[in-house]
Amino acid sequence: MEQPVRADHGVAVRRKPKGRAGKRLAPYLLSLPGGFWLIVLFLIPLVMMLFFALETGDVLHGYQLTWNWGEFGQQLSLHKTEFLRSIWYAGAATIICLIVSFPLAYWIAFHGGKWKNFFLLMLLVPFFVSFIIRSLAWQFILSDQGIVLGTLKNLHLLPQNFHILATSTAVIAGIAYNYLPFTALPLYVAMERIDYRLIEAAGDLYSSRREAFMRVVFPLTIPGIFAAFLLTFVPAVGDYLNQQILGGVSNTMIGTIIQTDFLTTQDYPAAAALSAILLAGVLVLIFLYGRLLGSRTIEEYV
Amino acid sequence: MTDEIDPSHIDPSLWRGLSQPRYSRRQMLKYTGMGAGTLGLAAFLAACGTKGALPSGGGASALPNAGVGTASWWNKQTLHHQLEFANWPYYIDVSHGKHPSLIKFTQETGIKVDYREVIQDNTGFFAKIQPSLQAGQPTGYDIIVMTNNSPALGYLKEFGWLTPLDHSKMPNFDKYASPLVKNPSWDHGNRYTMAWQSGYTCMAYNTDEIKTPITSVQSLFDPTYKGHIGMMSDPQELGSVGLLATNVKPATSTQAQWKAAADKLNSQKSAGLVRNYYDQSYINALKNGDTVISMAWSGDIFQANLSGYKNLKAVIPTEGAMFWTDNMCIPLYAANPLDAMTYMDYVYNPSVQAVIEDYNNYVCPVPAAQDVIRTQLKDPVVANSPLVFPTASMVALSRPYYQYKNQTELNAWNNLFVPITE
Amino acid sequence: MATVATPSTGEAVRAEAVRRPPKKPWWRGKILPTYVVLVLIYLVTPILVMILYSFNQSHAKLPQVSFKWQGFTLHWYADVDGIPGLGHAFELTIILALLASITSAIIGTFLALALVRYRFRGKGATEQVMFLNIAAPEIVVGAALLSFFVILSSNIAILHSALHPGFFDLFLAHVAFCIAFVAITVRARLAGFDRSLEEAAQDLGANAWVTFQKVTLPIIWPGVLAGALMAFALSIDDFVISNFVAGNVETFPLWVYGIVHTGLPPQVFVLGTFIFIVGFGIAIGNLLMTQRKKKEKA
Repeated sequence: MEQPVRADHGVAVRRKPKGRAGKRLAPYLLSLPGGFWLIVLFLIPLVMMLFFALETGDVLHGYQLTWNWGEFGQQLSLHKTEFLRSIWYAGAATIICLIVSFPLAYWIAFHGGKWKNFFLLMLLVPFFVSFIIRSLAWQFILSDQGIVLGTLKNLHLLPQNFHILATSTAVIAGIAYNYLPFTALPLYVAMERIDYRLIEAAGDLYSSRREAFMRVVFPLTIPGIFAAFLLTFVPAVGDYLNQQILGGVSNTMIGTIIQTDFLTTQDYPAAAALSAILLAGVLVLIFLYGRLLGSRTIEEYV
Repeated sequence: MTDEIDPSHIDPSLWRGLSQPRYSRRQMLKYTGMGAGTLGLAAFLAACGTKGALPSGGGASALPNAGVGTASWWNKQTLHHQLEFANWPYYIDVSHGKHPSLIKFTQETGIKVDYREVIQDNTGFFAKIQPSLQAGQPTGYDIIVMTNNSPALGYLKEFGWLTPLDHSKMPNFDKYASPLVKNPSWDHGNRYTMAWQSGYTCMAYNTDEIKTPITSVQSLFDPTYKGHIGMMSDPQELGSVGLLATNVKPATSTQAQWKAAADKLNSQKSAGLVRNYYDQSYINALKNGDTVISMAWSGDIFQANLSGYKNLKAVIPTEGAMFWTDNMCIPLYAANPLDAMTYMDYVYNPSVQAVIEDYNNYVCPVPAAQDVIRTQLKDPVVANSPLVFPTASMVALSRPYYQYKNQTELNAWNNLFVPITE
Repeated sequence: MATVATPSTGEAVRAEAVRRPPKKPWWRGKILPTYVVLVLIYLVTPILVMILYSFNQSHAKLPQVSFKWQGFTLHWYADVDGIPGLGHAFELTIILALLASITSAIIGTFLALALVRYRFRGKGATEQVMFLNIAAPEIVVGAALLSFFVILSSNIAILHSALHPGFFDLFLAHVAFCIAFVAITVRARLAGFDRSLEEAAQDLGANAWVTFQKVTLPIIWPGVLAGALMAFALSIDDFVISNFVAGNVETFPLWVYGIVHTGLPPQVFVLGTFIFIVGFGIAIGNLLMTQRKKKEKA
């Protein structure tokens, strides 16, 4: 075998003098812009706003920092139904998204070939069109006497009183629809880096296709599932637009309450307390979920 | 070659220790330190920014607009030939990408108008301009349009964030304004506001589904339409309709009457009669047939009729319909107040108003425009519509909203009616 | 699970499998692709409805979209800039989304690299902040940013014009809520990334930048692209946060949400159709380019 040509063409080159100092600085330099942006333009304003939870007063007379910890307890007991309902809706929608997206991401990653980018783009393109337009269209499609339900009712396949809109099903379906790309994309990204030869190797070792999937592919996709869950469930819990447009009387989610407190009743301490509880609850859930997936820590997965 | 440790020579327990971070005391201190630092900074900034809207002394003389809007103040103002006008979307005439009435205004007065449709709702817009006003900064707008039934307009007046109008410069208003908007209950003597357009919060129903004519607000509580009734989520609208349904005039109602109205609305909700509490999207539910009867705004129904939904009919019930008004006002620290005054009065000229009204189809504040629309613009549909030019009987049925005396009253109202929508 | 076979049997079985692949029914390989197409059709259904009704006639002076068919017309396509402010809002939104997605893609990728490869002070805290970023209700973040900008711009003279609510504030806010999405997506790609490839490149004399450009980036590119696309989708349709910090500036979502109060003009459906057609066109164009590349390689 001939001698490989050295990139430096035989001239002795000293190892890149980045050395220890460079290595130590690297993570800070890399994370500096992101960290700075997140802290200055997100964390500090957010914490400022959350401080309203501990203050008392009103718009007219201003707010005083009274360390009113009782506000949290009060808001929690007032709205625990909405909290639980939001978790239920978001959780159901996330599971639906995961189930729907998994085969989708699987096929695109492993068998997509030249169609890969096409399908990925087409997953997102409908969502470039404004949310309001999509929702208006869904309201029209799913209306009680509309194209879908009206036809089914005329064929007597459904009772006359049946309706999809203004039910919790509609809200869950709406959330699942609107967050689908946020589930499918991370799943795809994680699957795409799995080497297909691993599956072939499993086949060579006499495993059936199902076994190959369960014991080789699936465990390797767990980081993707976790990322997909995170990017779907977490924003969905605080979402309120789907419920406002597709829901009915008893479908109120916690996001709506926060919005009403903020804008209509201008009860900033209540809104801030609810937001803080929501954020804390979500962090706890993420932590528990990460633990549940195995003995590894969250950082390993995401 | 690399400076990493050769994995095969490591004891498994060390391997585990190296690869699994544990929360050491050092890390706890680190997190606490960073957390405390952020909290401290944020707390400092929070303490800076939560002044009340009212200055600490209280009293009218200490309001930010003290001394503004007096005769001598107005005498010092000059025309700058520039106007920043913030309005609701689709609320003015439009033709081929331009607003003819604004172009004509510029031709006649030389004032350039920067028209911005940035107001989506009252409280949201108020939340946007509040920080600037509180900091003593201009909002960037010379005219804004706020609805009288929203607490936002009340706050603006109460906190002294509006510029009082110059009554010597309102000849058109004095001559042509409709009695419904002159010296109104929400702004005695038109100190701060001039109406832009008004409207009725009435009822609408689907004539294909409901064959008997609807006349009373009690139909909104009729179990025949169970599950297909639309109500509004705005607490001022919802509470007012509840009061009307208990035969109370909202403008003079008492807190005990509010409670009775809330009880009625709550029993409507628990009986499952209401499909949903809508913001402005009630119209979609009506159009699609998901609701057959609903609270509605007069102009929306007029527009819907022209868009192919001829089966929707608006009704002013016998108990009365709430009459709301979107008002032009000049926020404090506006850069071009005299230009604003010029425009606001200009719009009350009947021939000007006719052009705007022909597109708008809400209730016109200038009754004299009716003739102009009929004869010059040749649009009988608009000219003859009682939803645009109310008849005398409709005027008699117009009900003003309750005006809150203070924050406590407003809170009491909201605490009764907001939970119904949740 | 088969017991340990003797070499001869095992070889024979494998040879058998190589010579005659197991017979699959013709539809086996078609289930998944059909499923994918069905899901895409489902995603696109409301868009198709929108496209259909963008050809709907309207007789009102202030025309609105209507789902009651009143006749076919191309009028709205001809009169696309008939609504003042709409076209400008649309252009602005596209520019903002492009800027925000590119910036957050760069920053988010760097952040992801830092988080996956190194242990450093503040790593855990940064991750928590990222989770908070995704979880925080937009309304709280929006109001918080607005007060923050106003406090800064009114108290610090140099920042006054820069931080007054407007385009720059929009840009800052949009990047802020996109970074975490990008970082998490790129991380999913980086997990298990083989560092030895990079070390090999460095041993061959490449410096850090060249290594990144020629080795790391191509491998994590799908993750970066996916993250950038998500950021673009988030930014182009953001309403709640934009509403607070936009000031005088109107973006397309702000405009649309605002006008729903009175009724959407049909031109909104036309613009929606344009967005979709352009996106679809890019997808098709990419497909054709990939096909041509393959042809050239072969």
